[in-house]
Amino acid sequence: MKNPLDSLWGTFAAGLVLTAVLYFLARTCMGA
Amino acid sequence: MWDFVHYGLGRWLHILFGMVWVGMLYYFNLVQVEALRKAALDSPPSGAGIMRHVAPRALLFFRWAAVLTWAMGAFILGDRFDDAFLFKEVAYVPIGIGAWLGTIMLFNVWVLIWPNQKKILGLTSATEDEKARARRVAFLASRTNTMLSVPMLFFMVASGGVFRTAMFGG
Repeated sequence: MKNPLDSLWGTFAAGLVLTAVLYFLARTCMGA
Repeated sequence: MWDFVHYGLGRWLHILFGMVWVGMLYYFNLVQVEALRKAALDSPPSGAGIMRHVAPRALLFFRWAAVLTWAMGAFILGDRFDDAFLFKEVAYVPIGIGAWLGTIMLFNVWVLIWPNQKKILGLTSATEDEKARARRVAFLASRTNTMLSVPMLFFMVASGGVFRTAMFGG
């Protein structure tokens, strides 16, 4: 499988996915 | 007066240094990597000027802006530093996540990117094999930081006041 970090699109897409995951994790931790 | 220095000047400088740091990071990833790839295909290769005059100067501002950004962030947190980093208080969860992401990025700058860039730029001695490996490690660490900058910026801007309420509820 190709490393997503080898392309700029893959890098920013991975960043967006990580943002979404951490956002919902934070909301859960905060009881929101 | 202390609040003005702590939160006013502190946050202003944190963001100012952060712009230099992430600005340089985006310059490397959006501009220099692709420019050097194309320059290597020229006949003869034409990237020597970038490697000799541009990259060392960009890396100088990049690595020290990273330190100053982190230091100003720690200064703003002050006695709430452990509340954020250890997620002790619910209200400090967003800034805690942002602070951890920034800390990982600072680690990558000084432990992975800069030592390997010194080999690539010829500032420390390295064989061709070591340089090839250094290029890959520095590239992936830089791309990792670009990826981490997306959630880091999100949690920084969503961490206080009306922004936190809007993003995470009251």
